[in-house]
Amino acid sequence: MMNNPVVKWIDHRLPIITMMNKELNEYPTPRNLNYWWNFGSLAGIVLVIMILTGIILAMQYTAHVDYAFDSVERIMRDVNYGWMIRYIHANGASFFFIVVYIHIFRGLYYGSYKAPREILWMIGVLILLLMMATAFMGYVLPWGQMSFWGATVITNLFSAIPLVGDTIVTWLWGGFSVDNPTLNRFFALHYLMPFVLVGVVILHLWALHRFGSNNPIGIDAKGPQDKIPFNPYYTVKDAFGLGVFLLFFAGFVFFAPNYLGHPDNYIPANPLSTPAHIVPEWYFLPFYAILRAIPDKLGGVIAMFAAIAILFVLPWLDRSPVRSGKFRPVFRIFFWLLFIDCLILGYCGAKPAEGQWLWYSRIATFWYFLHFLVIIPLLGIMERPRTLPSSISQPVLEQPAE
Amino acid sequence: MADSANTAPTAGHDDDGGTRRDFLYLTVGAMGAIGAAVTIWPLVDSMNPSADVLALASTEVDLSPMSEGQRITITWRGKPVFVDRRTADQIKMAEEVPIDQLPDPQLDEARVQKPEWLVLIGVCTHLGCIPLGQKTGQPRGEFGGWFCPCHGSHYDTSGRIRKGPAPANMAVPPYEFLGDELIRIG
Repeated sequence: MMNNPVVKWIDHRLPIITMMNKELNEYPTPRNLNYWWNFGSLAGIVLVIMILTGIILAMQYTAHVDYAFDSVERIMRDVNYGWMIRYIHANGASFFFIVVYIHIFRGLYYGSYKAPREILWMIGVLILLLMMATAFMGYVLPWGQMSFWGATVITNLFSAIPLVGDTIVTWLWGGFSVDNPTLNRFFALHYLMPFVLVGVVILHLWALHRFGSNNPIGIDAKGPQDKIPFNPYYTVKDAFGLGVFLLFFAGFVFFAPNYLGHPDNYIPANPLSTPAHIVPEWYFLPFYAILRAIPDKLGGVIAMFAAIAILFVLPWLDRSPVRSGKFRPVFRIFFWLLFIDCLILGYCGAKPAEGQWLWYSRIATFWYFLHFLVIIPLLGIMERPRTLPSSISQPVLEQPAE
Repeated sequence: MADSANTAPTAGHDDDGGTRRDFLYLTVGAMGAIGAAVTIWPLVDSMNPSADVLALASTEVDLSPMSEGQRITITWRGKPVFVDRRTADQIKMAEEVPIDQLPDPQLDEARVQKPEWLVLIGVCTHLGCIPLGQKTGQPRGEFGGWFCPCHGSHYDTSGRIRKGPAPANMAVPPYEFLGDELIRIG
């Protein structure tokens, strides 16, 4: 391709072909990446799927309190393949979070947040925050009962801010309750945010390619013998992973499209009646549990945001020089305890905030912060890691031949 | 193990020079292209007219209140449809035009089901304006039919282009008589 005179002419003036060849084709990648490293590119692909289906849906959707619900039903019944496009978009949001949560836990286990990848990690946390805002505003658009009351509850979080809270909430709403101005601005922002996400993802990749991927044993490559070109090795591996992912995704889209949703959102929004039991979408449940665990309005909101904010400073809380959990026997135990803790928080978030569930969420919330604020810093000092291999290829070469 | 990937391109030559790898590239590329096409199609097709739009694709019109010489405009598929209850003079004018004088030659009888009733899509075939002539007092052009004010196209009493930039006669929509004075357009 580089012999084509037109390509040469363009590349000389705008070296985009050279850049893409360097970053996507030759890009040297650790040769020992396992399947947990598939989820980064997978998240990027899901973002593209969401943007494509979202643009198509926006062509059919009406952002008005009187028409929004009906326009969504029209997409489901009258628009060609509208049901499929909407189910891909709705389930795509859930799968986006599944993929990104796995991606985050992979980073936690293998210490991908440690030097020199702190900025890469922090941009990732920023991506998570943007995703959450985008997903929340997208969920409001169908204007069902859960949309409306979700919007009411989440925007009311800001009323916990002392002095100016109510002013801020009124400003967010553009009125004195969640109403047409709110829906309109949520639609505008829901359309904008994915493109902001694309920009931040580019920064994420930029920071990634500065030092290249971390790897399962967490030590730096000693030379070219520890790396292989991204293409074809990881393009093929990522493509295979994408195929497996799409099987699961299609399974939900075609056979259980509403499994991850909530039936109450098929009731048109009614500002005069709150459903008896409102819960956010599953991907917000752990944070929702933390919110409700604290018996104080402002405290709950602070704890919920702190649960994400704490990830920003994780690179400085974990002082252990060893990256990979593979060589940190004690850390590994606590990693899995944190994982279970997050599942418990998610489960509690779906339960009513009373009795035993409230206490389980309190214990789990306490453990979550204990993990990051006490256990992780202490482990960095007290844990004795196992001996690291001398290079990425050493553990493979030492194994007896089959 | 790891070395097998490096030696693969030289292995597996066919008799005609194509390698196993060439074959794999082609099949993978073909599957990818088919997959992309069937994935894109629902997105593209969603922008075609939806079921609710198609459901509004036919309109019934009761012609009985119309007197001779009267023209009415109704809406069909978002466009104006002209219905003209032509007078005997107008029918005669339309039928007597020598066909070789027409820019878009077409006999009047090919454009009507009953000579008394002319049904047209009231959109100028030049650039989509709506010609004048439906209301009394509006200019009807040099041929007593319709006149498009945008760029000066003149239509005759059969809705055929006679003068001006329009390339074709005004279209006749599909319609049928459900009764003597009741039609369904579309």
